[in-house]
Amino acid sequence: MKRLTKATLRTALNLLFFTVIGTAILAFTFNITYELIAKSEDAAKLKLISQVIPNTLYDNDLIKDTITLSASAQLGTEQDTIAYRGRLKGQPSVVVLEAVAPDGYSGKIGLIVAINYTGVISGVRVISHKETPGLGDYIDFAKNPWISQFAGASHERYPEGDWQVKKDGGQFDYMAGATITPRAVVKAVHNVLHYFEDNRAKLFAENASETKSASTQEAGKQ
Amino acid sequence: MKLQEAKNILHNGLWKQNTGVVQLLGMCPLLAVSNSVVNAVSLGLATTVVMALSGASISPIRNFVPNEIRIPVYILIIAMLVTVVQYLMNAYMYSLYIVLGIFIPLIVTNCIVLARIEAFAGKNPVLPAALDGFAMGLGLTAVLAVLGGIREIFGHGTLFSGLDLALGEMAKGWVITIVPDYHGFLFAILPPGAFIGLGLLIAGKNYLTLRAEKKAKIINIHSANTRTA
Repeated sequence: MKRLTKATLRTALNLLFFTVIGTAILAFTFNITYELIAKSEDAAKLKLISQVIPNTLYDNDLIKDTITLSASAQLGTEQDTIAYRGRLKGQPSVVVLEAVAPDGYSGKIGLIVAINYTGVISGVRVISHKETPGLGDYIDFAKNPWISQFAGASHERYPEGDWQVKKDGGQFDYMAGATITPRAVVKAVHNVLHYFEDNRAKLFAENASETKSASTQEAGKQ
Repeated sequence: MKLQEAKNILHNGLWKQNTGVVQLLGMCPLLAVSNSVVNAVSLGLATTVVMALSGASISPIRNFVPNEIRIPVYILIIAMLVTVVQYLMNAYMYSLYIVLGIFIPLIVTNCIVLARIEAFAGKNPVLPAALDGFAMGLGLTAVLAVLGGIREIFGHGTLFSGLDLALGEMAKGWVITIVPDYHGFLFAILPPGAFIGLGLLIAGKNYLTLRAEKKAKIINIHSANTRTA
């Protein structure tokens, strides 16, 4: 029994030794890379955001001016998301929201939607999707400019019933052979617009760390 | 390490015991990322770095690790090296990391890494161990590159698309369009294209090996005949 304990202890210490060395090397590498990684991540975010809003629309450090939104059915999100807020001369001008279209042809479609303070959509981009390559993937701006038709869309221009693909009697183009995908995107963008209109005041509130998705109370006031 | 030994290790890794078409280990990245040359070569090289480093770092400690816990220790070291590679790629090749991101951690579970450690690095000195990891990784990279090339040409009609992700903006113009105005052949890009492409590569390798053996036999018989004559 004593011999067994001794052997176990020695083996465990041996394993611990390698764990400590491994952790030390990892900590060292993390320490020399994390600043660069954070910088690249910010740059990548800004690059994506710059596709949906022209940089003349804001003059603040938009990456730092964020608000955490809790999961919302209107946004299609199941987890907290970060919204970026642009301000021009101190006045709120634009917000970038993350949203999910849950009913794509093959699963969820991740979107970012930028909306001006006045409720006009500035731009939409797909950030993740699993739609069929060559068929439903025209929603990706890298493949097709289809998604740019949302720029300038608002409830003023398109009343409620127009937020559908043309096939269903709405105003939005689609491509023959793949209508489920654009249907999902149009619906999701429309939901985001509703969310924005219901929560506008909260979205631009200064120093707010969180806004609840319970949007129905505000809906009536608008 | 003698020159002949180094040559043998290289020959084994690149051709005779090639992980991609002979040992058939490490199929996961082979099938997943071989849809373009750039993706394939990038992940291949990342695997090569991990294999060479793990060979080099496990060989010197092989006599200090008790036999009973060698697997956990090996995995620990491999996982540590993969994470280091991941950090470095994330920091210095961000756009490529975005493309390959989810496959990098999978190098840990790529059985070829542990297989070479068990079969070679755990029994050999540092230099041969590092060289073996390097050669095996390079052999895998070569197969990945060829498979990626085939799938990219048939699927997209291009070669080296996405090179700018690895080498920066200036590489954007280096994409070779093999078939202009090509509408794409989805089948080659989806997983079945990888299976069929790999099958063809294995068949090709077998053909070349058999032909070489046949030739060697004929020469042997020939030389035997001349001796008796």
